[in-house]
Amino acid sequence: MRSTRYIFTFVAIMTVVVALLLSLMSVGLKDIHDQNEAIFNKKAVLAAIETELGEDVKASKMADEEVLGIFDNNIEQQVIDFDGNEISIEDVESRGYKGGLAEHVDMKKERKKPEEERIFPLYMYSSDSGEKAYIVTVRGSGLWDEIWGNIALKDDLETVIGASFDHQGETPGLGAEIKDNSSWVRQFQNKKIYDEEGNYTSVNVRKGGARNERYEVDGISGATVTADGVTDMLYTGIQYYLPYLETLTKK
Amino acid sequence: MAEVLAPEKKEGLFSKNNKKLLTDPLDDNNPITVQVLGICSALAVTTLVFPSIVITIAVVFVCAFSNLLTSLLRKSIPSQVRMIVQLVIVATLVTVVELSLKAINFDVYKQLTVFIGLIITNCIVMGRLEAFAMANTPWKSFLDGVGNGLGYGLILIVVSVVRELFGKGSLLAGTPLEMKMIGATSEYWINTTADGWQSFMFGWYQNNNLMVLPAAAMFLIGIYIWIQRSRNTKLVDIS
Repeated sequence: MRSTRYIFTFVAIMTVVVALLLSLMSVGLKDIHDQNEAIFNKKAVLAAIETELGEDVKASKMADEEVLGIFDNNIEQQVIDFDGNEISIEDVESRGYKGGLAEHVDMKKERKKPEEERIFPLYMYSSDSGEKAYIVTVRGSGLWDEIWGNIALKDDLETVIGASFDHQGETPGLGAEIKDNSSWVRQFQNKKIYDEEGNYTSVNVRKGGARNERYEVDGISGATVTADGVTDMLYTGIQYYLPYLETLTKK
Repeated sequence: MAEVLAPEKKEGLFSKNNKKLLTDPLDDNNPITVQVLGICSALAVTTLVFPSIVITIAVVFVCAFSNLLTSLLRKSIPSQVRMIVQLVIVATLVTVVELSLKAINFDVYKQLTVFIGLIITNCIVMGRLEAFAMANTPWKSFLDGVGNGLGYGLILIVVSVVRELFGKGSLLAGTPLEMKMIGATSEYWINTTADGWQSFMFGWYQNNNLMVLPAAAMFLIGIYIWIQRSRNTKLVDIS
């Protein structure tokens, strides 16, 4: 048996050594971690317009330089507010996002604010041949935790080009299918966000199979709550961007 | 508590006894199939070969160095708090692995982040610390850690090769070395829709979705144990 004093000293020294080692490592690698995270998020944005980038292109398999190249040459970033006004880089920075571009806006933080005070990142893609696409970022709640995604709209502001989703902790094989099942995600291609009469519907995930081919996609069996979460997220999320996008196309 | 009482005489670095420490966990004393430790992560990460290899490397690293550190400190660790000290050592090493992987390969990190955290509670690591490293010399403990990590990895890789091949038709997906073995497009080595012998022989073939689910790993580990015990009869319990 060791004395109590020995135990305390031993534990104290051990704690200090371990804490020092880990914090040094964490600080030392922070830049690389941030860079990797940024590229990961950019790939998710590009995944929504995969079909525009060429046949058989998989955003998740792109090289880092390729991703950054597309962002530098083909993508314009804009941050907008709830009323559909553009927000300048300085203004975004003053809200606490260093860098001030759309890619620096943290939707997780924005979602905690009241609706009227939120700001929204928007990516405008123009291909080399001049075709345009608008990629909007949406965020909502799944069954266990948050879900989020990127939706690409054609410049008619009606047709969906593609979508990509991700989640914090949905059940693998059920709710997590929104990310893992690429054929489910592919259903969003060419859906419309308005019905025949021109009323805003967004794209709905329908339990038991899509009934209206125009704006509904099939649900996922066993994941009704997550699927309803996706429907809600898309309905409110896309709506935030519509006022601004409409002013853009009127010009 | 001690499984092997270390003889205090001089031994070569790779003497017969030491080699046994390294090779025993691969078969006779395999942590998964014989000691039945670490099953949970073996079921969860083995859908694809590449993540299994990454987890194997991580477990070998954590197991070896936590054994080494614990063994070096074994005479000064107060026995009243030894479990906590072991846990801190393991947790530190796992965090080191996690931070490094996040910098080296972010996609794999995203995929494995939950399981890497779970190495801390992987019963193999704590089991070896308590049963071996607390009572043996550092070099022996290090070898024991490497051996047990590899024994765990062996099962992981065997199971994941079967699961990926029959579940997805590919091997090593997600790496530049990806091999597409059998599937319904021209990218695959055996294209089940192409004319000629391929569609004649394999036109009926479909990927087995069961293999993607964790239950498949349970069956495969069971089959592995069955084969292992019928070859190696001394492992069979007589009861």
